[in-house]
Amino acid sequence: MPLNIVVLAKQVIDPEIPMSAFQVDRDNRRIVTPANIPPVVNGFDENAVEASLQIKDSQEASVTVLSMGTGFSMDAMKKPLAMGADELVLIRDDAFVNTVDSAVTTRMLVAALNKLGGFDLLIAGRQASDWDNAQVPLGIAELMGASCVTLGKKVEVGDGKVVVERIVPEGYEVVEAPLPAVVTVSNELGQPRYPTLRGIMAATRKQATVWSADDLGVSPSEMTPLLNLVDLFVPSTVKECDFIEGDNEEEAGRNLALKLREAKLI
Amino acid sequence: MAQTGVLVIGELADGQLSLTSKEVLAAGKPIAEQLGQPMAVALLGADVGGAAGEAFACGADVAYTATDPLLAENQADLFLSALDALCREADPEVLLMGRTAIGREVAPRLAARLGVGLAQDCLEVSVAPGSTELRANRPVYGGNAMATVSCTSSPQFATVRPKAYEPPVPDPSRTGEIKPVQVALDASMAKSRVVSVVREEAEGIKLEDARIVVAGGRGLGGPEPFEDLEDLAKVLGAGIGASRAAVDSGWVPASWQIGLTGKTITPDLYITVAISGASQHIAGCSGAKVIVAINKDAEANIFKEARYGVVGDWKKVLTAFTETVRELVKS
Ligand SMILES: Cc1cc2nc3c(=O)[nH]c(=O)nc-3n(C[C@H](O)[C@H](O)[C@H](O)COP(=O)(O)OP(=O)(O)OC[C@H]3O[C@@H](n4cnc5c(N)ncnc54)[C@H](O)[C@@H]3O)c2cc1C
Repeated sequence: MPLNIVVLAKQVIDPEIPMSAFQVDRDNRRIVTPANIPPVVNGFDENAVEASLQIKDSQEASVTVLSMGTGFSMDAMKKPLAMGADELVLIRDDAFVNTVDSAVTTRMLVAALNKLGGFDLLIAGRQASDWDNAQVPLGIAELMGASCVTLGKKVEVGDGKVVVERIVPEGYEVVEAPLPAVVTVSNELGQPRYPTLRGIMAATRKQATVWSADDLGVSPSEMTPLLNLVDLFVPSTVKECDFIEGDNEEEAGRNLALKLREAKLI
Repeated sequence: MAQTGVLVIGELADGQLSLTSKEVLAAGKPIAEQLGQPMAVALLGADVGGAAGEAFACGADVAYTATDPLLAENQADLFLSALDALCREADPEVLLMGRTAIGREVAPRLAARLGVGLAQDCLEVSVAPGSTELRANRPVYGGNAMATVSCTSSPQFATVRPKAYEPPVPDPSRTGEIKPVQVALDASMAKSRVVSVVREEAEGIKLEDARIVVAGGRGLGGPEPFEDLEDLAKVLGAGIGASRAAVDSGWVPASWQIGLTGKTITPDLYITVAISGASQHIAGCSGAKVIVAINKDAEANIFKEARYGVVGDWKKVLTAFTETVRELVKS
């Protein structure tokens, strides 16, 4: 049996957009989707795709990418397929338009994972760059009784277990856990591979499997959020910068040092 | 009615109550007072007696404790099993934990186990007068926006960003009640196992504790200029860090990263060189008292955060700056 890997991937607003393009609709408590800026797959999830493909490079494995959301852009969501993943499953439902609740997302994804027949290894990004919740994969591990390793920068599988180089404040540790396992990964995993032309062609031909909440048999009570979004706003930071000058840049550097001394900071 | 107002999940560092746990006790105290109920701390470890005393001095009234040699290593699976039992015993209205290395893994898993919502990485937690509803402010979209959330389930659960609160001034005369809780642990409950640890921190001063920090970004253009920064750091007795772009480029180790997904620093002085000041970077340094920026782009966001700035090429500014600092520090 090939190793059954599922990767969680979320579509997000490109986090690298200029701050001026970032707008909050406070009345409706939502972020305005910027016009003309295509959405992307969450960066850490691309790291997760890369981690799964590195495993697939060295052993027999299938990689299924699973995503939940609304307003999917196929250009964004097919990128993992173009990178080399085998299948794409989308849970799409308008009920999720304003879902910012990790508990609901977790339950939906658990239902989808059960429908897919479970997994040997689930890999996900450490957090999504929109709501920065960093909860869903860990919740899935709990609800499905899988072992759990967070913040991986290298992921390998052998002998029924996963071996992860896991980032800790002092450096990293090597952790082993039995399969089935949930592993979250971080950008330290390295630059995800670029899709090849062949990969892009293959991805074009592949069809995504699309399920709704109904298809998953999730009851309305399970879709009740456990958090309420009460307010959403742009924090105000008005700080006045004192620009230090000089006849040339060297002198500006010297003047900066003098200024910091004057302010008793050094 | 819950019997505990606030339960703070404590963490131990070398047998002592961790600094972040003290900060979280500071966050929890006004909430417990507002609720008119005691504040408790959950302590798990091989020996937690000393930490309980510290927690009482920092405002806790009760300590729910689980002592077992298996809890000495902070192994997440074991920690969670014990914590689950302590939480059910304490039955709090509000549950708080620091969003630390341990909290990052334990809190979301505990929330799923308890079947409750979790407000992650909050800068502020409070209960409005006359209400029992927790309001939590958490940065979202990498710090570009702030969300206020409340919990619809009980206990109301939030993690607090390290350094968001000042630790309380301890009152050694305060005492409290220790309530030991029996937890049945065995080694087989630990699914994951640490095989080895590799240290990669910058030598010298620890970033999180440094009073002065200097950091470099993508604009430095390569690993060599970080030697110039290290020179400056040495002169100042400063810690050294970097932006994620510098880490991703492979110029410096990941443990140097400051920001949302790196370290949170709160020095008196933070000197950035060729860092643009993206919101995700600012998320890790907005607690610095004074930010200084050297950047060639006058429009860079870092100047919106900085108190002092020089617009210019770091290659020209930095050497003169470091030399002058060297002379000033000597005198
Ligand atoms: C989910 C998520 C999490 C993230 N977490 C973090 C995090 O924890 N920490 C973090 O730092 N980033 C993080 N980022 C990345 C962040 O968005 C930015 O991409 C990153 O901080 C940019 O790093 P930088 O400022 O070094 O590079 P750039 O943005 O490229 O800025 C380089 C700067 O150098 C200046 N410069 C260039 N040449 C010179 C010169 N010769 N002299 C003077 N100045 C010069 C330029 O004017 C520019 O302002 C995260 C992003 C996401 C999406």
